[in-house]
Amino acid sequence: MKFREIADTVLSAAKDAKSDETEVVCVRQEESLTRFANNHIHQNVTESNYEITVRCVVGTRVGTAVSNNVRTESLRGLVHRAAELAKLQPENPEFKGLPGPVPIATTQAFDRDAATCTPQARANGVGVLCRKAQSMGYTAAGSMTTGVSTFGVANSKGVFAEFESTVADASSVIMNGKASGWSHASGWKLDAVNMESLADEALEKVLLGQKIAECEPGEVTVILDPFATADLIGMLAYDGMSGLAFQEERSWMNGRTGQRIMSPEITIFDDGLDLRGIPLPFDFEGQPKRYVAIVENGVCKTPVYDSHTASRRPGLTSTGHAMPPSAGGTTGPFPLNLFLQPGTSKESTVEEMIRSTKRGLYITRFWYTRHVHPRDVVVTGMTRDGTFLVENGEIVGATKSMRFTQSYVDALAGVAAVGNRLRVLRAGGTTISVPAIKLNRFRFTSATK
Amino acid sequence: MKEFALRAIDTTSRLGARYADVRVVTNRNQSIATKDGKVEGLGDFESIGFGVRVLLGDAWGFASSAEITAAEIDRVTALAVETAKASAKVPGEPVDLGPPVRSIGSYTTPVRIDPFSVSLETKLALLLGADARIRRNSKVKVSEGSVLSVRRDKVFANSEGAYVEQTIFETGGSISATAVEGNEIQVRSYPHSFRQQVTGGWEYILEADFAGNAERIAAEAVALLTAAPCPSLNTTLILGSSQLALQIHESCGHPAELDRVFGTEAAFAGRSFLTTEKLNGFRYGSSLVNLTADSTSVNGLGTFGWDDEGIPASRTPLVRDGLFAGYLMSRETASTLGLQSNGCMRAEGWNRIPLIRMANVSLEPGTWEFDDMIGDTDDGVFMETNRSWSIDDMRYNFQFGTEVGYEIKKGKLGRLLKNCTYAGITPEFWNSCDAVGNARHWKLWGTPNCGKGEPMQTMGTGHGAAPGRFRNIRVGVFR
Repeated sequence: MKFREIADTVLSAAKDAKSDETEVVCVRQEESLTRFANNHIHQNVTESNYEITVRCVVGTRVGTAVSNNVRTESLRGLVHRAAELAKLQPENPEFKGLPGPVPIATTQAFDRDAATCTPQARANGVGVLCRKAQSMGYTAAGSMTTGVSTFGVANSKGVFAEFESTVADASSVIMNGKASGWSHASGWKLDAVNMESLADEALEKVLLGQKIAECEPGEVTVILDPFATADLIGMLAYDGMSGLAFQEERSWMNGRTGQRIMSPEITIFDDGLDLRGIPLPFDFEGQPKRYVAIVENGVCKTPVYDSHTASRRPGLTSTGHAMPPSAGGTTGPFPLNLFLQPGTSKESTVEEMIRSTKRGLYITRFWYTRHVHPRDVVVTGMTRDGTFLVENGEIVGATKSMRFTQSYVDALAGVAAVGNRLRVLRAGGTTISVPAIKLNRFRFTSATK
Repeated sequence: MKEFALRAIDTTSRLGARYADVRVVTNRNQSIATKDGKVEGLGDFESIGFGVRVLLGDAWGFASSAEITAAEIDRVTALAVETAKASAKVPGEPVDLGPPVRSIGSYTTPVRIDPFSVSLETKLALLLGADARIRRNSKVKVSEGSVLSVRRDKVFANSEGAYVEQTIFETGGSISATAVEGNEIQVRSYPHSFRQQVTGGWEYILEADFAGNAERIAAEAVALLTAAPCPSLNTTLILGSSQLALQIHESCGHPAELDRVFGTEAAFAGRSFLTTEKLNGFRYGSSLVNLTADSTSVNGLGTFGWDDEGIPASRTPLVRDGLFAGYLMSRETASTLGLQSNGCMRAEGWNRIPLIRMANVSLEPGTWEFDDMIGDTDDGVFMETNRSWSIDDMRYNFQFGTEVGYEIKKGKLGRLLKNCTYAGITPEFWNSCDAVGNARHWKLWGTPNCGKGEPMQTMGTGHGAAPGRFRNIRVGVFR
C-alpha cells in the first residue's frame, strides 16, 4: 500500500475517532542481510515489513498505537486505539500540539542497484572476501546488508513528507590464531561497499598483528581508526546532544555551552542533507532537518531539538530531530546524521599520525563501551580487532586488547591531528561520518588475558 | 494459523528443502511511562507476521513477511529457498541437526491476573501514585516509572512433524529517581535498573509495591549526591542479588553460548573463552559456584514450553561445584559435540531467525544468611543495582558499575559510597567466591534487553541469584 493511501485512511478515520490532531508515521522496509563466519555463509535473511505509528491528540493528551498491519480496517482500528489511549489520560498542559508543515529540501539517497541487490549478488561479494581470507589460512566473519525503505510522515495540520532511500553496509573481522583485523563500510549506494577492499583492510591488520608487543596500562597517545573515532562521537550523542537531556540537566553540554571545551580542530555537527553521509531530509514529525553545530572549533554550541523540547523555551524551534515514540515513553530528539569535520592539519593520514608518534597505541575499534559518569562522558570499554604499540614512528607489534576508562570530552580537548578522509559508518538507524584522529592522552586501566 | 504454517512447510518440501520450519507470531505490547507527574507515553504496539527457515543441502535461508496470505506465503517460502541456494555459493561444513524433533502440544504462561485485563486507569494510577511519592523529595530532578504488558502468540511447525502453539505473557515495570547537583547525577531504581520483567501477570506489579519503595529510592538518590566516592583498592566485594544476576548474565551466560564458541558471532557479539576442550574439566569458579540453565523456572524471562526449534524446556547444569559442565545449545551446534540440544534457540519475533539465547541462567543458592556474610567481613564494599556494564569480546575482562555501595567495616555496613565500580577477569573472579547467600535471599531477575545477532535481536533472559562474596577484587576503577 502506498503511503498516501495509508495517510488518507488514517486521517479520515481520525475524524470518527474524535481526535483533535492526528499524525501517522510509516516505515516500509525490505532489508536483507547475508551473514558469514568460518569462511562460509551461515545465516541469510530477508524481511518485508511495515511499521505504522499513529499519534492521536485529544486536548493536550497524546495516545500512541503502533502496528505492522496495513489493511484498511486495521488502520482504522489503530486510530481508534490511539484516540482511546489519549482520552484515558490526564491533560498535559506542557504539550503544545503537533507541528505544522514547513518546506523540506529535496535530496537523494536512493540507488537502484542497492534496492534490487539479490541474495546471489550478496553471496558473490561475501565469497570474494571469504576466499581471500581462506587463501591465507585465515578465518572471516561478518555481514553484508542491502535494503530499501520508504519513510513517510503526515498529520492533520497539513504535514506530508515521504522519502525513499536505500542502504548498503558490510563489515568483517578476519582472524588467525594470533590476531584479528576489522573493516566496515556503509552508504546508500551499493558501490559504497567493496568487499575486496574490506578484506584487504582487515587482512592488513592481521598481518600487522603477527608480532606481539607488550604495553602496560597507563596514559598514552592514541591514533584511532575511524571505527574507534565513531564511538567517541556516538557516545557524546547518546550522553547529551539531545535537547531533552539538556533540559533535564543530564547532558555533558550543561554548563559548557559557549565554552571552548575541546581542541579547536574539533567540529561536530549533524546534517541530514550532507551528501557525504546517508541523507534524510526530515524527522519523525515531518520537520526539515537543519544543520546543527554541536561543537564548533572546540566550542560547545547547542543540542538538537524536536517540536516538544523546542516549545519549552521561547526562541527555540525544532531542528528536525524528533524520534518515534518508544515503548518507554519519549526518548527525546536525537542526531541521526553526525559528522566530525575532517582536519586540515599536516598529518592527514593514519600513516602520518603514526610517523610523528614517539610512543602510543594505534587502535582499530572500541567494543562494549559504557558510561561510568554521564556528565563528563567518562566511558569504559575495550579495544578490539587490532591494537598496536607504536614506538619512534613505527608499529612495533600488536598488544592484547586493552580496557580504558576515559572522559571523551577531556580526550577531545587534546587533539594532535584530525584525518582528512571521512568514513561513513552506519550503526542502527544512526550514520556517523568520521575521519581517523590522534589524541594526546587516553587512559588505559588493564589488558585482557 | 496451522493451515498457513503447514502450507509453508509443504512448499519448502516441494522446492527441495532438506529441513524447514515456520513460525507465525503475533506480538502485542502495551507500554505506559510516566515522568515528573505526567504521562510520558501510552502506547499499544502490535506486530504480526511469519518467518520461514529452510535448509537446502547444507545451506540455510530465511525469509519473512508481515502479510499473512496464501500468495505471500508462497512468495516468501520460495524466497527462503532462493536465499539458501545463494548461501550454498559460499559453503561450509555438512550440517547435522541430530535426532528429528516432533514435539506436539501447547503451552501458556501461568498468570493469576491477565495484564491486559487490568484497566489503563488502574495502571496509570499506580505509576502516578509512586511518581508523586518520589517527587515529595524536592531534590529529585526527574522521577520516572513504567509498566509493560506483553502477549506473544507463537505457532511453530517443522518438516519433521513438530507443531506447537504457545502463548507467553510478560509483565514488567520499574520506577527511578534522578538527583542532580552540579556535575553529579545519581539515579536509584527499583526493583532494578533494567526494567524488572517476568513471564507472568499483573500480580507481579502488585507484589513489587512501587509506592512502598518510592520514597526510599528518592532519598537514596539524593544521599548519593554527597556520598563518599568509592575508594580505589583491592578488597572484599559483596554483590547484591540483582548485580550478581547481571554478573552471571555477562560472564557465565554469554560465554556458555555454543555459537559464540564456534565463532558464528565473531564479528558482532564476540567469541568465548569457554572453548570445547574446557568442557567437564575447566575450573570456572570455586566449589561454591553452581550455575544452571533452566527454561522451566517459574516467572523467568527465559521460561517457555518449547524453544524456537521445538525442543522442550529443560534444566541443565552449566557449572557444577565450580567445574565447567555444559553449554547453551541449538540442534546444529549440539550435534557437532555429539550432544543433543538443551533448547536454547529463540527469535525476537517472526522476522528474525532463532539464535542461541540464555534461558534462565542462575547461581544456585548457598548456605549463608546475608547478615552473617556482612558480619563475617572485616573490610570490604557491598555493591548493588547495576549502572554500567562492559566486558571484552571473549567474556574475560570486565568492568561493572553499580548505583549504590556501602563500606563494610568490622562486620557492619558503614557509610554510603557513590560511583562504585569493580573489575576483574571472569574465572579469577568466580574462583574468588567464598560465600553464597541461601535460598531465602535468592531472587529471579529479568533482563529484558539482551542484544545479539545481525540484524540485532533483543531478548529477555532470567537470572537468579542470592548475594555473593568475592575476595581481593579491584574496586573504584573510575578515572
